[in-house]
Amino acid sequence: MNFYAIKSIYKYEMSRTYRTISQSLLAPIISTILYFVVFGSAIGSKIENIEGIEYGVFIVPGLVMLSVLMQSVTNAAFAIYFPKFIGTINELLSAPLSTLDIIIGYIGAATTKSFCIGIIILLTAHMIVPINIIHPIYMILFLFLTCFSFSSFGFIIGLWAKNFEQLNLVPMLIITPLVFLGGSFYSISMLPIFWQKISMINPVVYLISGFKWTFFNFSDFSFIISLSAIISFALLCNFIIFLMFKTGYKIRT
Amino acid sequence: MEPIISINALFKSYKNGFMALSDVSLNINKGEIFALLGPNGAGKTTLISIITGISIPTSGEVKVKDFDVTKHPIKTKSIIGLVPQEVSIEPFETVMSSISFSRGLFGKPQNLEYLKSILKQLSLWDKRNTKIIELSGGMKRRVLIAKALSHEPDILFLDEPTAGVDVELRKDMWKIIKSLKKNGVTIILTTHYIDEAEYLADRVAFINEGKILIVEDKQILINKMGKKTLSIKVDKKIINIPEKLHKYKLEISDNGHTLTYNYNINNKTEITNLLNDLSNENIRLKDIYTDQSSLEDIFVKMVN
Repeated sequence: MNFYAIKSIYKYEMSRTYRTISQSLLAPIISTILYFVVFGSAIGSKIENIEGIEYGVFIVPGLVMLSVLMQSVTNAAFAIYFPKFIGTINELLSAPLSTLDIIIGYIGAATTKSFCIGIIILLTAHMIVPINIIHPIYMILFLFLTCFSFSSFGFIIGLWAKNFEQLNLVPMLIITPLVFLGGSFYSISMLPIFWQKISMINPVVYLISGFKWTFFNFSDFSFIISLSAIISFALLCNFIIFLMFKTGYKIRT
Repeated sequence: MEPIISINALFKSYKNGFMALSDVSLNINKGEIFALLGPNGAGKTTLISIITGISIPTSGEVKVKDFDVTKHPIKTKSIIGLVPQEVSIEPFETVMSSISFSRGLFGKPQNLEYLKSILKQLSLWDKRNTKIIELSGGMKRRVLIAKALSHEPDILFLDEPTAGVDVELRKDMWKIIKSLKKNGVTIILTTHYIDEAEYLADRVAFINEGKILIVEDKQILINKMGKKTLSIKVDKKIINIPEKLHKYKLEISDNGHTLTYNYNINNKTEITNLLNDLSNENIRLKDIYTDQSSLEDIFVKMVN
């Protein structure tokens, strides 16, 4: 393993975050506060408690997930797409790096960024509504795994994308609808039976369900299923990344 | 000479059927400056990309220090530095962070003294905290060289390093390249400037349409393929070449006042004979000068 290379990539990526601190941190925090104002206070005050939990509190795990998924995907995708776009990827390809070095450096940095954003949003939410996390260790573990797996997914998108349109296509047209329909703002059990069954196809449902369990000790599905789903997704994404680098698909000519 | 890079029967074709490299075989010796010359699209950058691990060969073998570049890429890449043709550098980083990043990528611990010496050598030390986007085109080219040198490579690929830079900077870069050679670095240079290759290279290869046309020691190539022209200004107008001088195949120019004689560099005695025969024919010399083929002339002759 090339430790100096991993350190260089990680440091380089993190310095990009500091350069764009307002875009990296302020934007997700402000949009989360707006969600709280609209859904938590304005509309939420008219909605009954769900499973005995105040609506404003109920949406916290979903809102954290919404931001974390988007940030993980876009951060990791941009981190590898931009070097492709400006041609600096050739330096990466000509350097003595293994795929593991690249994964730890790039995906590690993207995971760190989105994890920090998740924690900051959680702290912001705590200032607005009282949050009591019943399983804090599992919450941290689940948040970390989500950041890592979706950063890996974003990295694949960045490698695959040919242009900025494709880069934004997956986060905008796939991730956002899946998160909104994944039970961020409601419990799956509130849906009619037919839509409950349809929702089970949505992988994000299992993530939000598992994350909610760490907060409230109740969920639409078993926590083990959610945990298995996120670990499987992380493994699958990283396997695809290894394959892409091994074959050079979309990377080497 | 010990080859540091050996290429054997290398082919590279793309999905659209374009054959970028066709049966390329050559050795590059340790410590030499090797110039790869060819027109646009000849296959120079493709060849470099395969050796440096950026592209995948279709077939054939490339070895760097006896390690196959496709089987042991980490070993081969760790000793190669690349100055790419395109000026592609992260625009929002500073010069120092950019070269530190490159050094780290190649698995080297930070060494500020070494990086400082490179930046000073390339006249970039004053710009170390300047963002790349704020530098001129020539400065950016220097940064590319600094990045390639930052990890102390044994082999350095310079893909048209002086394209679009001013004369002064070109000369500076030539000095740097010469000093790198003195330090034992093997340099592979692609360039459109034949005079650059002529000044710098020990050996030269001509490549066209993906095929190596010739690989030869620069001086031997000039001697072998180059011709010299002897121009003789004479004191009287010559209308017809005297019969005794026919064997020299002289050409008349300058309205009959200049005789031109083309000869091979290796054939040195003929000039004496020619001058004696001119004297015997009572043709007196007013002036005499020679002109020699450059690599450029040889290159144009071979490509066409």
